[in-house]
Amino acid sequence: MIRLNEIRKVFNTGKPNEFVALQGINLTIEAHRAVALTGPSGSGKTTLLSILGCMARPTAGRILLGDREITSLPERFLTEIRRSTFGFIFQQYNLIKGISVLENVMIPAYPTGEKHASLKERATKLLNLFNVGSKADSKPEWLSGGEAQRVAIARALINNPSVIVADEPTAHLDTRLSLELMAILKDLKEEGKTLLIASHDPIVHSSEVVDRVVAMRDGQMQ
Amino acid sequence: MTMSAFEKHRHVIDFTLSSLLRRKGKNFSLLAVYTFVIFLVASVMFLTHSIKEDAYMVLTDAPEITVQKLMAGRHDLIPLSYMEPIREIRGVQSVEPRLWGYYFDGTNKANYTLVVKKEMNNTPGAISVGNGVARNLLVKENGIIPFKAYDGSYLFLKIKDVFSSESELVSSDLILISEQDFRKIFAFPPDVATDLVLRVRNPRELTTIATKINQMFPDTRPILREEILRTYEAVFDWRGGLVIIILWGAALAFVILAWDRATGLSAEEKREIGILKAIGWETSDVLLMKFWEGAVISFSAFSFGLLLAYAHVYFASFILFESTIKGWSIIYPQFRLTPFVSIYQIATLFFLTVVPYTVTTIAPSWRAATIDPDMVMRA
Amino acid sequence: MIFHGPILGLLLGSLLVSFMLVYSAFYAVQILLRWDMRSGSEIQLGLERRTYLISVLITYALGFQLLSLFLFIYTADHLAPLFVGAMCAAGSLNVNPWGYPTIVLKIVNFILGAVWLVINFTDNRAWDYPLIRKKYALLLCIAPLILAETIFQTAYSAGLHPNIITSCCGTLFTADAAGVTSGIIALPPIPLAVTFYTLMGATLICGVYYRRAGKGVTLFSILSSLTFLASGVALISFIPLYFYELPTHHCPFCLLHKEYLYVGYALYLAFLGGVISGLGVGILKPFSGVESLKGVVPGIQRRLALASLVSNGISLLIVVYGVLSSNLILLD
Repeated sequence: MIRLNEIRKVFNTGKPNEFVALQGINLTIEAHRAVALTGPSGSGKTTLLSILGCMARPTAGRILLGDREITSLPERFLTEIRRSTFGFIFQQYNLIKGISVLENVMIPAYPTGEKHASLKERATKLLNLFNVGSKADSKPEWLSGGEAQRVAIARALINNPSVIVADEPTAHLDTRLSLELMAILKDLKEEGKTLLIASHDPIVHSSEVVDRVVAMRDGQMQ
Repeated sequence: MTMSAFEKHRHVIDFTLSSLLRRKGKNFSLLAVYTFVIFLVASVMFLTHSIKEDAYMVLTDAPEITVQKLMAGRHDLIPLSYMEPIREIRGVQSVEPRLWGYYFDGTNKANYTLVVKKEMNNTPGAISVGNGVARNLLVKENGIIPFKAYDGSYLFLKIKDVFSSESELVSSDLILISEQDFRKIFAFPPDVATDLVLRVRNPRELTTIATKINQMFPDTRPILREEILRTYEAVFDWRGGLVIIILWGAALAFVILAWDRATGLSAEEKREIGILKAIGWETSDVLLMKFWEGAVISFSAFSFGLLLAYAHVYFASFILFESTIKGWSIIYPQFRLTPFVSIYQIATLFFLTVVPYTVTTIAPSWRAATIDPDMVMRA
Repeated sequence: MIFHGPILGLLLGSLLVSFMLVYSAFYAVQILLRWDMRSGSEIQLGLERRTYLISVLITYALGFQLLSLFLFIYTADHLAPLFVGAMCAAGSLNVNPWGYPTIVLKIVNFILGAVWLVINFTDNRAWDYPLIRKKYALLLCIAPLILAETIFQTAYSAGLHPNIITSCCGTLFTADAAGVTSGIIALPPIPLAVTFYTLMGATLICGVYYRRAGKGVTLFSILSSLTFLASGVALISFIPLYFYELPTHHCPFCLLHKEYLYVGYALYLAFLGGVISGLGVGILKPFSGVESLKGVVPGIQRRLALASLVSNGISLLIVVYGVLSSNLILLD
């Protein structure tokens, strides 16, 4: 369970271009549920997602992860939480070019110091699970859009997170692939993962997977 | 705990190496300039150090005291009549006159040192040459070398043998000759010598003896072996230091390049670090990666630079700075140095090159490492 | 002033280290004035980021400091032939009054820097930066010492005037010059040897007791520091005598020579390792009461104590080996 309390996020404080990205956000996300954030671009859904995913700290307000207050944790602890609790799927897939697909999947676990052999085994298993096992040695720039998306999902799952955070996951996918993605997300939810999805794609918020839709506008919840 | 820290380093190093290889062009140009700077500084250091060591090797056999006559502050020929009174000073074991001088060989444009050796006096007309001389003149045993005497006439001397010595600094320009031939070539007056050399039994008496000589003959300058050593040391260090300072110009250019490379992260690199941070790398993990990156680059440049400098100084006769460092005469025959490389030199080189490079990369690495993890979502 | 590669290297290194420390000190002041853990303001986030930079700067500076300590000694050694009467580093450090204070500062700064890193390491294990003010206050104390070291070292280098042949005078110059006194004061070896062995023994016993029973932290830390001081004195009184097998040569620096198989490096590093980890154990003691550090400090202390025991054990072994394998027998 993640609980946000009066979250406020300001960029460029005290400068002429000061910008309030989020204001007065109170939100509770239950475990094993799927929540979609919608709203036009600039509405603050990405900023909210990054605060929920422990990527950024709010300027003010409190965040509770389970029973633990994580609001003002130093970055090194926040990263540890992010690494073990959240798995991220990005709009642009954000795979690293020039290194193999397998390595891409393994990278999030490098800082944990897990043994190379066991890490490789887990990564290979995940790739096989998403039918991209044959691409393990390819470079990501040779993959099709759907394959890249599935590799990105495998990467998000390598540290076995309890929450999956997806930012506009269908933005670069056609309808067929978008539906395929929603099916994968459904499976993950059934496995007990919590889903946080920012998207303005109707395929996402009309999907049966999503339990709750939170609409955003001008940095506030509607 | 320790095991996982080890694994973590291994993972990060693996990733760093593959990152470096992915950006070959950019890293290669940096490596080339870095290597070149290290090569230049190392060459100067190896060179000065080796010449110094060579000179030491020669001087350890040198006489304890050399007495020169001065004339208007310049080195002058010393009368042989000075020998007797000096021999009578207590503690002086022996006094010998020395005859030596420089001979300029116009055909080969080289300067040779002619030294009279007693053993040669039995065979006038014959000379003994160092292997360096033999190499330069392309002559062998029994060859004939013409010497142009003071009056323009020629003296043909036959090579009795070719000798080698521990240090080529000596044998590269040395010709041993008989007294008769020496005096003939230079019209050297019979009652003088170039200088006098003394053997002294007890090293503690050196200063006292030198003082006595100076009182006896105020126009002479007694020089102790230690003083020669000291002066060589100072002069070579000074020259080496000077060249290093000049080279810093080059080094500075390199530092600017390094700075530019490190600060100017490409959009691609920024994105990559952003991804790493977003998916679970912490600032210190990225710093660790940057540390290994710097270590790999520095180590490679350092090793290549050292090897190249070694080859340059000891195999290629330091063609780049010959005249700057050697310079006791501009036209000097070619010679090879005995290799001397010590940890001391390597540590110095490290301080002059790797330390400044590393310092310039710290802040940019940190800036890269603190890229916001949510950058990848905002882009 | 001598234009000499290693001297230029040392001066450059010191300048860079000073620059790094001054820069860190500047942000240390900012942190002391504006740190507010509760805030998520951009200033606070910026300061938290700076702490990473400062850790990296101090770590590198410490590495350079250690190298420069040895390079400095080595350079002094190397310059000895330039000065009448100087036989090795002990003599050339005495050429002007800045030599020995520079060495002392280099050692002190290295120890302080290492202690800072121990505190920093500990602080980073807690989620609320409990030691932030203390460690940055300490940093503000170290920075001036580093600057002093740089100034001393520069003054030492600038004051080196080699005795070389000049055209006006040859040997007389040598006769007139007073020459450099050989440097190290001879101290009575036997009582100092007894002191050294006693303190070393007490430290080792206390360390083992601490590891077993978890008690005696303060005593162990104090003993480690005293052992280090005794080691310093031992290095100029009795240890070298055995290695050189000469009853009069007290120089601690010749141990770094090849003839003695570079045993000096191992010995110096072991002594430094012993005092740094021994001091670290004691310095962390007051922080074991801090809520967020309760679970962290004892583990670090135990590891430091182990490091200190190993270091001191190694140095004791080296000294005992030197004494036993020596042909010299001291009779006082």
